[in-house]
Amino acid sequence: MLVRFRRRHILETIRKYHKGDSNEQSSLKHQYDLVCIGGGSGGLAAAKRAHLELQSRDIQPKIAIVDYREHPNIVNTSPDRPEINWRWGLGGTCTNVGCIPKKIMHTAALYGEYVQNASEFGWKVPSTVEHDWESLVENVQNHIRSIHFGYRSDMMLNKIEHINARAKFLDKHTIEVTDAKGNVKTITSRRFIIAVGCMPKYPDIEGAKEYAITSDELFALIKPPNKTLVVGASYIALESAGYLSGLNQKVTVMMRSIPLRGFDQDCAQKIVEFMKERGTTFKQGCVPTKIRKNKNSFVVEYVDDKNSVHVEEYDTVLFAVGRKCVADELGLQQLGVKFDNDKIDVNEFEQTSVPHIYAVGDCINRGLELTPTAIHAGSLLSRRIYSEELVTKNHKHIMDYTNVPTTVFTPLEYGSCGMSEEDTIKKYGQDNIEVYLIGFTPLEHEFTHKDTNKTYMKVICVGSEEKIIGFHYLGPNAGEITQGVAVAIRLGVTKHDLDSTVGIHPTVAEEMTRLNITRRSGLVAEKRGC
Amino acid sequence: MGAVIKPPKAVMTGPVDTHLPETGHGFDYDLIVIGGGSGGLACSKAAAELGAKVAILDFVKPSPQGTRWGLGGTCVNVGCIPKKLMHTAGIVGERLAESYHFGWNVVEEDAMNELSAKKEKFSWERLVENVQNYIHGLNFKYKVDLRSNKVEYLNALGEFLDAHTIQATDIKGNKKKMTARRFVLATGGRPVFPQEVENAEQLAISSDDLFSLDREPGKTLCVGASYVSLECAGFLTAIGNDVTVMIRSIPLRGFDEQSATMIVSHMSDHGTKILQPWAPSKLTKVGEKIQVDYYNVNTKETASDTFDTVFFAVGRYPDVKGLGLENLELKLSPSGKIQVDEFERTSVPHIYAIGDIVAGGIELTPVAIQCGKLLATRLYNSSTKKMDYINVPTTVFTPLEYGAVGLSEEAAVSKYGKDNLNIYSKSFNILEYQLPHREDQGFVKLICVKSENEKVVGFHYLGPNAGEVTQGVAIAVKLSATKQDFDDTVGIHPVCAEVFTTLRLGQTEDSGC
Repeated sequence: MLVRFRRRHILETIRKYHKGDSNEQSSLKHQYDLVCIGGGSGGLAAAKRAHLELQSRDIQPKIAIVDYREHPNIVNTSPDRPEINWRWGLGGTCTNVGCIPKKIMHTAALYGEYVQNASEFGWKVPSTVEHDWESLVENVQNHIRSIHFGYRSDMMLNKIEHINARAKFLDKHTIEVTDAKGNVKTITSRRFIIAVGCMPKYPDIEGAKEYAITSDELFALIKPPNKTLVVGASYIALESAGYLSGLNQKVTVMMRSIPLRGFDQDCAQKIVEFMKERGTTFKQGCVPTKIRKNKNSFVVEYVDDKNSVHVEEYDTVLFAVGRKCVADELGLQQLGVKFDNDKIDVNEFEQTSVPHIYAVGDCINRGLELTPTAIHAGSLLSRRIYSEELVTKNHKHIMDYTNVPTTVFTPLEYGSCGMSEEDTIKKYGQDNIEVYLIGFTPLEHEFTHKDTNKTYMKVICVGSEEKIIGFHYLGPNAGEITQGVAVAIRLGVTKHDLDSTVGIHPTVAEEMTRLNITRRSGLVAEKRGC
Repeated sequence: MGAVIKPPKAVMTGPVDTHLPETGHGFDYDLIVIGGGSGGLACSKAAAELGAKVAILDFVKPSPQGTRWGLGGTCVNVGCIPKKLMHTAGIVGERLAESYHFGWNVVEEDAMNELSAKKEKFSWERLVENVQNYIHGLNFKYKVDLRSNKVEYLNALGEFLDAHTIQATDIKGNKKKMTARRFVLATGGRPVFPQEVENAEQLAISSDDLFSLDREPGKTLCVGASYVSLECAGFLTAIGNDVTVMIRSIPLRGFDEQSATMIVSHMSDHGTKILQPWAPSKLTKVGEKIQVDYYNVNTKETASDTFDTVFFAVGRYPDVKGLGLENLELKLSPSGKIQVDEFERTSVPHIYAIGDIVAGGIELTPVAIQCGKLLATRLYNSSTKKMDYINVPTTVFTPLEYGAVGLSEEAAVSKYGKDNLNIYSKSFNILEYQLPHREDQGFVKLICVKSENEKVVGFHYLGPNAGEVTQGVAIAVKLSATKQDFDDTVGIHPVCAEVFTTLRLGQTEDSGC
């Protein structure tokens, strides 16, 4: 009786959310209950959650993750680029060529700063320090491999099958998988979750694919990049340029128009200014047109905003001009799965136009291209499909893509949640928003006489109750500071709530409790005294 | 903080005394503030800004070892600021030792593992000089700040002659009488040397002396289990001193016990010796060193050892000596602190008190500042808003940093009952520690009340940047965040703080990304 009652509830959940996906949970007709295509953050989270939910209902789940990535253009095909030591393992972009290695590289650059400031704190250190790129890369790659190992054992422990092969749909329930050696087999599954993510784009110019690299290769370069041209104004471009500079490389950033499009431009400009002061060169309004090889370096031809052509030589050219979805190789179109440009079109339940095929992460048209978003969405999706508890709880368990906090690991770190100042003005009008802002110097920086008034906090409020709709912070530990604020923003925090919270002394974050200078006032938003 | 401290009981009604006129009262000043620390400075500046004629008196009585300092009170001179800088020196040392793994060629791998190797690479004198220079800069800034806010500053000790008159005595013994319509007492606290420990006051130092100590502390005994003791022991070890902490009963009383235990075991793993449950009985000078006789509190077993430095951090007493409070009918608590109501009024209607000298208050700089500002706006801007002592967040700068807001697990259990709580906790890996193969983990705990829709009543965090992580959470906790609100918040990757968005019952260990 209880079983039947529960079952009915589950069926209602499925009906309520996932229209068209049949009620049947597990079918003997198929080899698997669920196959996730793509073993990155989203796919892994969805698979693990599905496993957990089914197991808690005493169902032994049959779940597989199909994950495969071969290098886009260089690794196996280009014998003249042996310096790239590229491997791919379970974990997707984040683990292999994204968040993890980039934060370690950023941390390495910060360590360089700590070492340089160490003498102010009493440590006896030599006045010049050198950086060994090779040993950093080796340590980064070893760490990535240890994560691969962790995921693999996690999969084994959970009896989630890991199939290291490329997938292609034959029909709505069948995929063909091809491994690196060319072995082919056919797999059928009750449901699919597509989570194949994105790959860096190359611009369509001569020499780009042959001679340049992207973030896919950067963390595995076995020689220091030396004089580097970073092309692009994305956060990946600025982060890469930032830590490469911090690791003593000579870096130029070439951007077509504005930095960090979509982010708060006031903050984006401050990041660029900070990087300039730290020695990164910026060529704004410039676009590369051609790359050719000259002995061991690369000659880049580019045009500036006046259409004049320039030529400069670099040791490394890194493109960070955007990413493209890699779902088009899966054969989804022939099943009737709709695409929105190159991304998979899903509804708010992450369901594609084929009801039992779902998609999460960077490859969907609603996504935000952030690891935790993919994890959150994947995990919620599997809960909706497989949990028996949902309908009893008054909670929709639908991924909310608004107010998702994020951080950018530029040398001046950036953390934000909510809207940019431009967007709030556009949405509410200048007269209806109040912007509180302050530039200040953290204790440790004041002590070491560096980065005076570079740390910056901005809170954007709307309406007479001063509800906070945007939080922006530039300075140390940006992500750590922003995370808690993101919880408060979900709760509809007002400026008054910030003011009545007691600060934690001495921290940087305590500034959020005593913001009192508005943009409207025209006062200098810089802090004097403690 | 730690346990909830209730707001002091009201001893009178109404936010502000009104028995005297605000203008034309015939006194020299509208307001005299006694004590130039965080609370006093904030209150005097805010009052002056609102048009009051204000004077502030600040005078540092030398410590038993003769240490003195300038304007700004405990926080700036002998508290938060120097301790965080010295803590940072310790953290910088860790990073220096690990920089090898990030490719920097400054220190060889494992070359700073031993205390002696750290000590060799460290100059205490240089740190103290830089810290003191920084503090002197702040002292100066505060003076300028008072001047530009039109607050009259006197470097003198204030003593009440009657309820409206004080006598200010400067360091040369010059005396001056001053009268005021109102007074705010904000003299703060000073470290205790226990009388029962022979020669403690004569031979030991306290946090009043440590940050300006003209010689390296060397082999150090830190007596006490307060956060001051653990913080100082932590950074002294991190810069290469041989440090022992002597704890009579439990560490960090009032804080979450599980978190406190983890802090102490982390310190122990990193070379600080912990003696528990032991207490000192006698200090004796032996040449340049100090012999300490001590005993086991339970077994009464005795032992002795010699140290270069003995540091006491067993508590603080309210610094009200010499204020002439005996000339007023001012009620004190049994511990000698000043009794105030929820509007910071003492039992004498026109005399107020804020900060660490207040009975039942919370001894934290931002609390004193907020109290001072709120008091000034009640006095001179018709506000009725009072200080809210609930959910005050705090941090402890032990080597494994601690941040907390709300109730400890113990306090939550006694308030709500164990069965009514869901406690979500997790140890997590820290990305930055992975390359140097450091085994330390972070820890987070959310204490939720089942019957109130899993409202979060306690947040505890151990790991890097604990204060930074906790500040935003404190706002959410003040807004009555529930577990679901934490779950619904998307994490920021890869940072430590994202851990509290994915907590599940029964999952107490990190299972990868």
